[in-house]
Amino acid sequence: MNENGISIATTNLTKVYTRGNEKVVSVNDVSFQVNKGEFISIIGPSGSGKTTLINLLGCLDNPTVGEIYLRGRSIFGNGKRLSERELTKIRRETFGYIFQNFYLIPTLTVMENVMLPLTFYCKPGAEKEALRVVKLLGMDHRKDHLPDQISGGEMQRVAIARAMVNMPEILLADEPTGNLDTKRSVEIIQVLKELNCSAGLTVVMVTHNQELARYADRMFEMRDGRIYQIGGDEKDIF
Amino acid sequence: MITKFQVALKNLLRKKIRSLLTLIGIALSSWVLVSLLGFNHGYETALNKDVDNMGFQLMIMAKGCPYEAATMMLKGGTGLRYMDESIMRDVAKEPEVEKITPILMTAVFDPNKGESGGIAGYFGIEPKSFAEMKPFLRFRQGGWFTDANGYEAVMGFEAAELEQREVGDMILMPEKNVEFKVVGILERTGTQDDGTIFVPLKTTQKIFNRSDEITTIGIKLKKGVDSGRLEEQLYQLPDVQIVSLAQVKETIMKLISTAKVMVLSIAIIAILIAMVGVINTILTSVWERFQEIGILKTVGAMPWDVFKLIWIETFILCMIGGVLGVVMALILARVTDMVIRTVLPYAPGGGLVLIDLKLILVTLAAIVGIGLLSGIYPAWKAGRIRPLEAIRGDVG
Repeated sequence: MNENGISIATTNLTKVYTRGNEKVVSVNDVSFQVNKGEFISIIGPSGSGKTTLINLLGCLDNPTVGEIYLRGRSIFGNGKRLSERELTKIRRETFGYIFQNFYLIPTLTVMENVMLPLTFYCKPGAEKEALRVVKLLGMDHRKDHLPDQISGGEMQRVAIARAMVNMPEILLADEPTGNLDTKRSVEIIQVLKELNCSAGLTVVMVTHNQELARYADRMFEMRDGRIYQIGGDEKDIF
Repeated sequence: MITKFQVALKNLLRKKIRSLLTLIGIALSSWVLVSLLGFNHGYETALNKDVDNMGFQLMIMAKGCPYEAATMMLKGGTGLRYMDESIMRDVAKEPEVEKITPILMTAVFDPNKGESGGIAGYFGIEPKSFAEMKPFLRFRQGGWFTDANGYEAVMGFEAAELEQREVGDMILMPEKNVEFKVVGILERTGTQDDGTIFVPLKTTQKIFNRSDEITTIGIKLKKGVDSGRLEEQLYQLPDVQIVSLAQVKETIMKLISTAKVMVLSIAIIAILIAMVGVINTILTSVWERFQEIGILKTVGAMPWDVFKLIWIETFILCMIGGVLGVVMALILARVTDMVIRTVLPYAPGGGLVLIDLKLILVTLAAIVGIGLLSGIYPAWKAGRIRPLEAIRGDVG
């Protein structure tokens, strides 16, 4: 696969879960690509496989079949299953994650939460980045507060800052506005859009909200484990 | 940058009561261990000091139970037996003997001692040979007797404190109604000498109608000689028994070692219970933070990083608990000493619980070492948590 201009791509990506005696195909033969600096959104009903897809893209799980390419390089070459250690190594060098439930550590302050990834892995220059990111996200006035002392929207801003502190290439956002009201949701999407435009960050966002999904450069929909580009042909992409 | 240590410490502070209870468990087991090892060390040191301060290595006493006789010598007591003073001439001829000193131990009932009276020990001695045996004796006031047949007394430190006597004062020997002039008061020695009143041998023999009789001969051996042959030889003397203080010490240590093994077993059980508490606390904390630990992995923590984080929590608990236990042991050493004295049949003078830096370091190393072993399982479980399962909330 040619790496020019492509941030992440998949070919025939499939994930099958076993639930009791039943096999559930959560992601079914998905092939698509995301360009560098692109903001894409994935929508779809519950159970359509969008969270499973973003987890596979973020190397939180091994696919059953198929391949993922990062900057043109194969990750699961010849169906190889990666260990937790190998997956972690890829994750920390490439991805930043934000989740619907924020998952901030309640005993740590805003600043400590943002700096937490640096405790385990620190890209050169990342330490200086922490305060800049906190300021960029407008949380510097709250940096010594604990998570339970700030609002939901602010918590998600802290989670974004934490995801950004190690300067990832790709930001994966799974329902980042799921726990926020409309006003805060728009603010968070605008923050993501700004990071995408100003820092050239590739953003992959899963959401239920079609209005918010329209902020993305391209929109995809997942149905029954398969992916379709909205506004494009009604077939698998790539 | 926030360190793993800070993250671990803040987590322990999250559940303060639970962490505190675990700390108390560790502190108690550490206290028991330090006190026990301190007793082990202290008792032997104190006994050695007591025996060394006797000034002689062998004692000759009139026939009877040798251990009763030795205990009487160390602790004071009644049931005295007497032997002829002339035996001293035979003993002095032996080539292994460097010095000898005669002692006539006497005991009288003093109605003013304690709440309901008690036994007061008066030792009839020859000041010259006795002082040569115990060169470490120092006078707080005055000196030895001026007249070998006089009514003069030298008081041990505690005896003088108890009777509130100074040099020049008179003391009355109960039962016999004889007065002695205090001519000397000894400095504290930490031995049974502190509670003894020394009077001239000849005077004691006269008061107790024991002319030419004594209860004990103390023998100081020449350096490096084997006492075996001498003991064999001395057993040839009629109606005497030989008490080797080395043997007495060994026997007392054997008796004490049985008690020590029992207490050590209790200490080990206490440590094991505390460590099960540590495992429970850390494991519960890991399950409660299942999602958080998963998130740590999504932000870049390797399994080994998570393992270390949990292990640091165990280390902090054990270190703080261990130090608290040591501090408790140091503060309560005197109380422990008093309690031990009430349960032991014989306890030497001086501190029974001796806690030094080496002992503290050994105990802390043991507590932390066992604690870290206990932390391996919870840390390993935490290190194996998969972020995806954590995000989904599949606790397992």
